Amino acid sequence: MRAGSNPRAAAAADYALSVRDLCKSYGELTAVDHVSFDVRPREIVGLLGPNGAGKTTIINSVLAVLAPTSGSIRIGGVDIARQRSLALTHTNFAAVYASLPGNLTVEQNLRFFGLLYRVRPLGTRVEELLRQFTLENLRHAKCGVLSSGELTRVALAKALLNNPQLLLLDEPTASLDPSAARDIRAMIRGLTRAGDCGVLWTSHNMHEVAEVCDRVLFLSHGRILLEGDPRSLPGEHGAPNLEELFIQLAREPLAHPAEHLA
Amino acid sequence: MRLEPVAGILLRQWYLLRGSPVRFLPMFAWVAIDVVLWGFISRYLNSVNSAGINFTALLLGAVLMWDLFTRVMQGVTTGFLEDVWSRNFLNLFASPLTVSEYVTGLVIASIATSLIGLTVMLALAMPLFGLSYLALGSQLLLFVAVLYGFGVALGIVASAMVLRLGPASEWLVWPIPALLSPFCGVFYPLSVLPAWMRAVAHLLPPSYVFEGMRALLQGRASPLSSVLFAAALAALEILLAGYCFVRVYRYAVRTGLLARYSAETVS
Repeated sequence: MRAGSNPRAAAAADYALSVRDLCKSYGELTAVDHVSFDVRPREIVGLLGPNGAGKTTIINSVLAVLAPTSGSIRIGGVDIARQRSLALTHTNFAAVYASLPGNLTVEQNLRFFGLLYRVRPLGTRVEELLRQFTLENLRHAKCGVLSSGELTRVALAKALLNNPQLLLLDEPTASLDPSAARDIRAMIRGLTRAGDCGVLWTSHNMHEVAEVCDRVLFLSHGRILLEGDPRSLPGEHGAPNLEELFIQLAREPLAHPAEHLA
Repeated sequence: MRLEPVAGILLRQWYLLRGSPVRFLPMFAWVAIDVVLWGFISRYLNSVNSAGINFTALLLGAVLMWDLFTRVMQGVTTGFLEDVWSRNFLNLFASPLTVSEYVTGLVIASIATSLIGLTVMLALAMPLFGLSYLALGSQLLLFVAVLYGFGVALGIVASAMVLRLGPASEWLVWPIPALLSPFCGVFYPLSVLPAWMRAVAHLLPPSYVFEGMRALLQGRASPLSSVLFAAALAALEILLAGYCFVRVYRYAVRTGLLARYSAETVS
């Protein structure tokens, strides 16, 4: 992707994702309030926060299925408001609330979405993903009859169809057993190390976040309260671990974090 | 517009048709039922009328042309509803697929499936009841094109309506052809309609088709300019329907309706 001659866009091209001053309001309700952050290539950023904090609103905005009230979103330097299709060509996602059509088989779904993302050569890529996610035996099974763990694997296979530069994962391991979840985490980690993919990862499993994410953003009431390394952040704020830090922030969301964590 | 995403929408429709007899059967079952029902009604009316009117062409011919229009419209809408039923909007519209590519895919799929219905219709009606559209001459192609065009336009508008009003509004889609048929003069000349209904009829391209068909079947002249006007009107209405869909889509993205579509409303 090319960022063009715009200096701001050129700077943003260094990031897999660049969000600036993002706001989303529904009438009087502010779901996202002046949020700015970046995701670098080969970086996994955790987007954390209690239910209703605005995580899904941010993800939907990045996926261009929700228009922000104000602010800008650039994927690989490409402004999603101006060049939606180009920006999304190098993006993909998997979310528990966006299951694939249950009336198509695993292979049919991968071929269908592969065409939407203009994957070439499609047949080879589909076979690679079927092998990678051990879905070969399920290729002719309709997605509607799969277990939630199998569905998660199919959703992740679809999310990697186009070798995305930006991958959005909304609780990707929520339905997986611990062993499968570990495999998926290792696979995503390997993906970011091997290529240029940046990942925005939401999860309520703080152990997983601490294991996988290079950086976390704590979100509450639509605002980023805290940002940092998930391994050092709890200690810096007097919390024994990431989960305790999460709980403290979630219970006192409106005060500045420095005030109540000091 | 890029070919692969359009091909993706077509491939999805093919997968659904191939794997489901309940989707495949209605493509020709209703047409076959109409051929048989209206074929026998026409045959009976031919036997009791002494004025030499050919009811086979006038009634059966008109019913089947109307059926064709209905298939095209519902083909577009059903393709759209497949995504409603499988809650697939988020996956679709978070991909690089554009609205024009999506709608084009639905339209091509509908045209392809309705051609199957058209083939069955002709294969049954011609040998069984002696229906022939040959009397319509070269205008037949224009008549079919106008009905296809209006079916496409109405299918896009109906899809936009479901997108705007939510999944439960699906039931509003199915009666649309029945609501329009009195205005289109499928069975009678527009001259029998009151003035306000005639005014509405003049905005509906099929009304020109059925007036023209009746004229030609009764040995009267049907000005080419009339059906060309209908074709232009249908083309304009396709553009307006596309504009309407895009506006509704943008509204759905702006308000969050698309991201939370199953909730039906964001208020």
